[in-house]
Amino acid sequence: MRIAIASGKGGTGKTTVATNLAYVAARLGQSTAYLDCDVEEPNGHIFLRPEIQESRPIEKPVPTVDLSRCNHCGACSRICRFGAIAALPKETLVYPELCHACGGCGLICPCDAISEVTRSIGTLRLGTSGKVRFVDGTLNVGEAMSPPAIHVVKEAAPEADLVLLDAPPGTSCPAIEAIRGSDLVVLVTEPTPFGLHDLTLAVEMVRALKMPMGVVVNRAGMGDDAVLRYCAGHRVPVLGEIPDDRAVAEAYSRGEMIADAVPSFARRIEDLLQRIDYGIPV
Amino acid sequence: MKELVVISGKGGTGKTSVVASLACLATPAVLVDCDVDAADLHLLLEPKTERRENFVAGSKARIKPGHCTACGKCEELCRFDAIYFDGPGNGRVPKTYRVDTIACEGCGVCFEFCAEKAIEFEPETCGQWFHSTTRVGPMVHARLAVAAENSGKLVTQLRRTAQEVAKSQGLGLVICDGSPGIGCPVIASLTGASLALIVVEPTMSGLHDFGRIAELAMRLGVPSMMVVNKADLNLEMAAELEAKASQYSVGPLGRIPYDRSITDAQIASKAIVEFNDGPAATAIRGLWERVSKQLDSCPESEASGLTQIRV
Repeated sequence: MRIAIASGKGGTGKTTVATNLAYVAARLGQSTAYLDCDVEEPNGHIFLRPEIQESRPIEKPVPTVDLSRCNHCGACSRICRFGAIAALPKETLVYPELCHACGGCGLICPCDAISEVTRSIGTLRLGTSGKVRFVDGTLNVGEAMSPPAIHVVKEAAPEADLVLLDAPPGTSCPAIEAIRGSDLVVLVTEPTPFGLHDLTLAVEMVRALKMPMGVVVNRAGMGDDAVLRYCAGHRVPVLGEIPDDRAVAEAYSRGEMIADAVPSFARRIEDLLQRIDYGIPV
Repeated sequence: MKELVVISGKGGTGKTSVVASLACLATPAVLVDCDVDAADLHLLLEPKTERRENFVAGSKARIKPGHCTACGKCEELCRFDAIYFDGPGNGRVPKTYRVDTIACEGCGVCFEFCAEKAIEFEPETCGQWFHSTTRVGPMVHARLAVAAENSGKLVTQLRRTAQEVAKSQGLGLVICDGSPGIGCPVIASLTGASLALIVVEPTMSGLHDFGRIAELAMRLGVPSMMVVNKADLNLEMAAELEAKASQYSVGPLGRIPYDRSITDAQIASKAIVEFNDGPAATAIRGLWERVSKQLDSCPESEASGLTQIRV
């Protein structure tokens, strides 16, 4: 089973839920993998402290122009929708950070002057944290596009009965790239007006993707009950509530595995796992 | 024209709560919600929309089932796994190809190379943006359509519009609420700004993410300052953040204590400085004094000259 942990709003507790689900599931004997798909700000490693066995660059193909063959016709620049290649009278310039790697320029070039080279946009790491198989990706600072890096992290998923994907916040391309192909999306939210508003956006996103989902209300008790009312009114199953607890926030701040530091929290995670095993009504 | 961009790297550190308060404290400034994925500033400032525009950017492919001969060229060329062989049949073939518009990257390769001219490639409306008024000043904000792309372009559009609004109303400051992360909407929010205010939380994750956002600001040549929110959650970590800030030449601007009434203010649709005079409100008042002093020595915003970044 492949489960994506996502949220509209940032900082609601995706990484906390994802790392602890992985840790507790593995402790219960399940074969488990954790994939950190938040390549802009990957934090799962802070809590899981994996031993890294392999580290390699995340590469993306980008065009390169052989000027000895180029006849400066400008076809490449016209087909590119992303402004990543500019045909000037005597030169053809490539802007690799704008390139979406669609391959259009190479296909259209009448002189066979364009080939592809790979460019590193980040780093992929594979390792283990106890019995949890661990993968994360880190986008290089200054790179604008995270979806290709997220794709590479997902491709590197190890074999496991339970694969947990820690998604980036938001509801646009990076979040969608992370959650596509999962069996279930768990949306983590908090019971505040911001949490509710961004949850409704995330629910719309998951519905547009036609995927099953459930909600975890983190820091329950800190705000109001509007999130629960929304879920009930929109037939979004609530998989669990994790009470607002300063002990959890402090353990998080120190980068500790919260299921170890706060036993009552570990029980909530066990309940959540059970609830997920039991099946989600669609 | 000065432009202050509030960013965080890590999500949920309190950007929007800080921006709403700064908006109340600044002499009327133009506000921009650049977190187009998950915009929340309007929940506190309750804008009244005066002008609404469609945001049209990029195109998506669509296969006309009546024209498709099922040759499979589009599927072969598409690098984004966006083409499926499950479209309706026509008189010639039992099944046709279909584009999954959510997966479609908008590159137009299938459209260019379809021998039957069976593919349409029309500009997409990716959302709406608004010019509004609030109780504390004009506001420019947007709503990206569900599962839409081009958030970076939309951010650039919002910032340019804010510059026009500020000029036409004779206002000297634009305050932008940024999005989490370091990717395209963040780069689009930061490029050419006068000053970045990085809101961090005193956690290991906050420390890790701070380094990455500070490095991004530095590379883009935007001066930056840092404030530690919820500072008393972990005082040692707050001190560590402040030490790290000076390594990146990011001026630490102080701390905001953890204050539960920030949530109460949010529920009341108020900025914390409008809601009470508690510890967070007091700290943010002090923060604004230091930020506004800093802004005096910062460069003018270059947002009005930005061309659309095509990411």
